[in-house]
Amino acid sequence: MADQENNTKGQIWAFIVTGIVILISLAYYKANVYYMYLVVYIWFGFAYGMMLQYGRFCMASASRDLFAAGVPRMAVGIMVALMFFSIIQALLSATDMSTFHPAPFGIHTLISGTIFGVGMVLAGGCASGSLYKIGEGNGTSFLSIMGISFGQAIFSVVPWFNSIIPQSWEISAKAKDLPVSLNASFDKYLAGYVWDQPKIQLSHTKVISEALPGASKYFLGDALISAIIPALLPLVLIYTFYIRKGFLKKKAKQKGGETGLTDDLAGIWSMITASKRTTLMGVLIGIVAGLHIFIMKGMQIKFGVSNFGELLTKMGHTSDVSLNGTVFDPGYWYITTQEAQFGAWVMEKMGINMRDNVFFGVNNGIPELWRNPALWMSIGIILGAMVMSLMNREFKFKLPKGELIVWGLLGGTLMGIGSRPALGCNIGAFFIRAAGGDPSGWLYGIGMATGAFVGVKFFNWWSERKMAKEMADF
Amino acid sequence: MAMKFEKTGEKSYLLDVCGYVCPHPQIYCKKSLEKIGEGDVLEMVFDNPSSAETIIQMLDQGGHEVLEKKHEGGKIIFRIQKG
Repeated sequence: MADQENNTKGQIWAFIVTGIVILISLAYYKANVYYMYLVVYIWFGFAYGMMLQYGRFCMASASRDLFAAGVPRMAVGIMVALMFFSIIQALLSATDMSTFHPAPFGIHTLISGTIFGVGMVLAGGCASGSLYKIGEGNGTSFLSIMGISFGQAIFSVVPWFNSIIPQSWEISAKAKDLPVSLNASFDKYLAGYVWDQPKIQLSHTKVISEALPGASKYFLGDALISAIIPALLPLVLIYTFYIRKGFLKKKAKQKGGETGLTDDLAGIWSMITASKRTTLMGVLIGIVAGLHIFIMKGMQIKFGVSNFGELLTKMGHTSDVSLNGTVFDPGYWYITTQEAQFGAWVMEKMGINMRDNVFFGVNNGIPELWRNPALWMSIGIILGAMVMSLMNREFKFKLPKGELIVWGLLGGTLMGIGSRPALGCNIGAFFIRAAGGDPSGWLYGIGMATGAFVGVKFFNWWSERKMAKEMADF
Repeated sequence: MAMKFEKTGEKSYLLDVCGYVCPHPQIYCKKSLEKIGEGDVLEMVFDNPSSAETIIQMLDQGGHEVLEKKHEGGKIIFRIQKG
């Protein structure tokens, strides 16, 4: 009886939250039709949030659960999502409806990914995972998002690392004649190093574009060679090292004899379908992320712009945009930059100059929170996850206590620091790029897995010690 | 923060990790199962839904049996028999 009552209460709250999002959307539409661009971000965020929560889709758990508990469900789910998304990305590129752009390729991506990987294990969730967990009422995840926000904002504007910046970066940055002072260490790194690195998208390389004519370069180059085959490789490795032995043992027992290749194939399939909700959500997330790109491109065509900053300027909100007249508007699923903008917005309100730098001042701007399109996508993720968890009686406010406060803030800050130098996180720097034919995505992914391995080693040691110390019967 | 691992009977144990988020519930579950004997029953109480999916797969792969799963006011309770 009490259970049924809680269920109904949860569903009522789920309807209320959804109703609020509808009302917000209508209010934006009424204020100005240009805000429909922003409303699209809200609803895709909402959809991501629902899917992430339902599938327990968190990239921290992909490598962490594999290393800590030998459970591959999330690693499998991500690879499935990535494969589906890569095919849709290829389709969009082939029809000139893609907003994807590759990132500068270099060792910085691997290093950033490693820092991010340690951070996500400590925080208990990746950048997107922490957002959906806030929607479940998780206070530790809220702290990690604060860590990500302010960690990035501070990291992007301070001159703390100037003494170790190579002179060549400084010279290169100055030569670009940017309209800011270039005092921040990150400015010198960004304009003096990162911008000078090559951007690679397989379909645009000489070899692939000559070998594969027409649209096939997107499907075979970006999707098959750059995303699907590299995604199958970890699946085979995970099966070989974590699943195969146990699965074949069971099979041999059932059959009462030897096992063969068909049993191995059955083993791989059983690994993929072991967590149906995660794999199913992997497929759906891949498709929805592709649809998101398609719709954003459609909005850009409809309003005749390539960045939401142009619409903000038309509406007279010139203080929202950067010196280039732009705001952060990725055109697809992204998590961390908008959170850096949130941190910068708060710091600016506290009287700190956050605009005399490349990251905010020249590139991304600092829009008012309610006019920040990508930030609305993050809020949408929280609300979508909240609705899903309310419907499934999984919502519960959990205030962070004790050690979790430290892990949440420290992990979040490391994720912030690990995402800024790579210009993205587990979504922007790994998922989107790896599926879009940009090998730097895989470099970031390898870094994340390495960092997660280190984080798991630490937590294993920590848990043993804590159990032995605090638990009477251990 | 308080968590509990107690012997509650001849062959039964309780692990309470309410308030803990990923990855703590799954790590403590794994370590508790390593501690108890084959056939012993572990009652695990936690309130982090994201850990549940991983724990179920971990138990399945490890050959442990979930005797009972229930929700009680935001808490998730698994009764697990070590295999």
